[in-house]
Amino acid sequence: MSHSVELAQIGMTFGTTRAVSDVSFKVEQGEFFSILGPSGCGKTTILRMIAGFTEPTEGRVLIGGRDMKGLGPNQRPTAMIFQSLALFPLMPVWENIAFGLEARGVGKAERRRKADELLRLIALEGYGDRMPGELSGGQRQRVAIARALAVEPGVLLLDEPLSALDLKLRQHMRAELRALQKRTGVTFIYITHDQSEALAMSDRVAVMSAGLLQQVATPRELYDNPATAFVARFVGETNAISGRISDVQDGRARIDTALGILTGRAGQGARTGAQGTIYIRPEALMPGDPVNALDARIERVDFEGAFALVHGRFADGAALAASVPSTRLAEAPAPGAETRFGFAPEHAVVLGDA
Amino acid sequence: MRDLYGRFGPWLATVFLSLVFIWLAGMVLAPNLMMIDYALRPNLPPAAIGGPDDSYSLDNILYLAGEPTHRAIFLKTIWASALVALVTFLVCYPVAYWMAQHATTGQLSLALLLIIIPFFINEVLRTLAWFIILAYRGPLNAVLTNLGLIDAPIRWQGDGGVLAAMVYAYILFMLLPIYNAIESLEKAQIEAARDLGASSWRIHTRVVIPHAKAGIATGFVFTFMLAAGSYVAPALLGSPGSRWFTEIIYNWFFEGGDWNRGAAYALVLLVLCLAVVLITLRIARVNLADVAK
Repeated sequence: MSHSVELAQIGMTFGTTRAVSDVSFKVEQGEFFSILGPSGCGKTTILRMIAGFTEPTEGRVLIGGRDMKGLGPNQRPTAMIFQSLALFPLMPVWENIAFGLEARGVGKAERRRKADELLRLIALEGYGDRMPGELSGGQRQRVAIARALAVEPGVLLLDEPLSALDLKLRQHMRAELRALQKRTGVTFIYITHDQSEALAMSDRVAVMSAGLLQQVATPRELYDNPATAFVARFVGETNAISGRISDVQDGRARIDTALGILTGRAGQGARTGAQGTIYIRPEALMPGDPVNALDARIERVDFEGAFALVHGRFADGAALAASVPSTRLAEAPAPGAETRFGFAPEHAVVLGDA
Repeated sequence: MRDLYGRFGPWLATVFLSLVFIWLAGMVLAPNLMMIDYALRPNLPPAAIGGPDDSYSLDNILYLAGEPTHRAIFLKTIWASALVALVTFLVCYPVAYWMAQHATTGQLSLALLLIIIPFFINEVLRTLAWFIILAYRGPLNAVLTNLGLIDAPIRWQGDGGVLAAMVYAYILFMLLPIYNAIESLEKAQIEAARDLGASSWRIHTRVVIPHAKAGIATGFVFTFMLAAGSYVAPALLGSPGSRWFTEIIYNWFFEGGDWNRGAAYALVLLVLCLAVVLITLRIARVNLADVAK
């Protein structure tokens, strides 16, 4: 059976608060799909509606083409990994992992066998008789994943499960989750507010803001072709310069700004005569580039290892952020200097202001 | 102790410690020692006290073992108290669970208020209320007869009446510890269990009850001790067939005039209650310090 997940115009209202409105997307079987957004954007509500903890007030949730209306969380082919992990602290690790099997009436010997098998999968062989409290954060994390996988769900729902881990471990767990997903072929729906996490792991990402779906795209597309101003600003760093779009031709848009006439790729809503904004990624801005010239005063240069972050102000006082590779640091401007930056038109996008 | 001296200085700390000591010695230790002393001596006319017959023996306690009616009432008091604790638990657990995991703040305050208000009234009066409700020509029988559920009034007084009144009287002592325990259970654990396919029954037996074990044990201990030592409810609502052991003790003291035998009976009840409490805590793997919290 296929385990695609489809949301059809779902909406959720709590009292007078509109948490989610008119969200539709389809997650394919075996996909690693992330929902990215700031806290309070409705992403957890969506996950809980897929899991069956809350019924949407409008629209439908379909899993494998089947309408899930009226089915509780224990009747859906989904398993959820909670932000707090919610391991059962009074049960040894193996009973935690086998809890779903216990609920399905599987015999004890078989449960133990299956738990040991999953412990091998998550590289925690021999930890079955420990209590969850005796494990480290990363180990508990893996036990939570094994517990969810034990019931052989078609869809695994993950609610920011890495947020409690430190940076190193988080990066390690990203790779591990990704590998696990490829190996098991289970559909993953992953909730996060951390854009680098979403970009690094996902096949596709849905970006949400204030209960509304902004864009569903591959990480690359999201970064290069943001559909809305929110996506352009939320995903990655960006320099935004507003103006009036004076010409749109052959996929290019020209925009007249207070800092000069700039050219970028024409994005959503870029029409001649409309108000618009050009979004330029920090890594696109190069000191000394004569195309799309922008004058700025450098305030600070933060050396970060592989690259240096240059902070400054454009002539109109707006903040500038440019990242210069370390290999070109010698050409980088010194703080206090007036420098001309430029960028290639294909590395910037012009969006019409909504 | 050093902490106490450090915080309050030698004077005040000594006063505090003496007060605690006087309390323990005068109010707890002395009466109990006197009771043991009484229990082990024979009941003698004043003239013979201190005479050759006034020696320690286990006669008073052995009398209980050899007296079939008293022995039966004693054993019945023990298991009936356990039954009271069990029924109180069955009544309180769902309420405590609802209050701890589902109720909104407003519902919770209202529920607590409704549960606590009756406890503003004296225990004897509360028991009298049950006396009236359960009376042969009382409101309960009237309602049931009028609804056509029963043909003739039922004599509720006796075992049933005693059970009802005690469960009612001790609800708070069971409810609050369980509520406290369940309240600290993370909601995500219940959701995780449900998500993994567990039925409500399994969620409670495997997740909620193990978590609330200390609270449940505390409630059992409180309720059992209070029930075993209860006098008012069996005296008012009991029948000759449902006598409570405390009534026998009362009779030895105030009707039989045999304080020594009364003390011996009370001592046996005390020891047995202690044993039950310790065994319960052992089973639930809870220690006395947790209960005190």
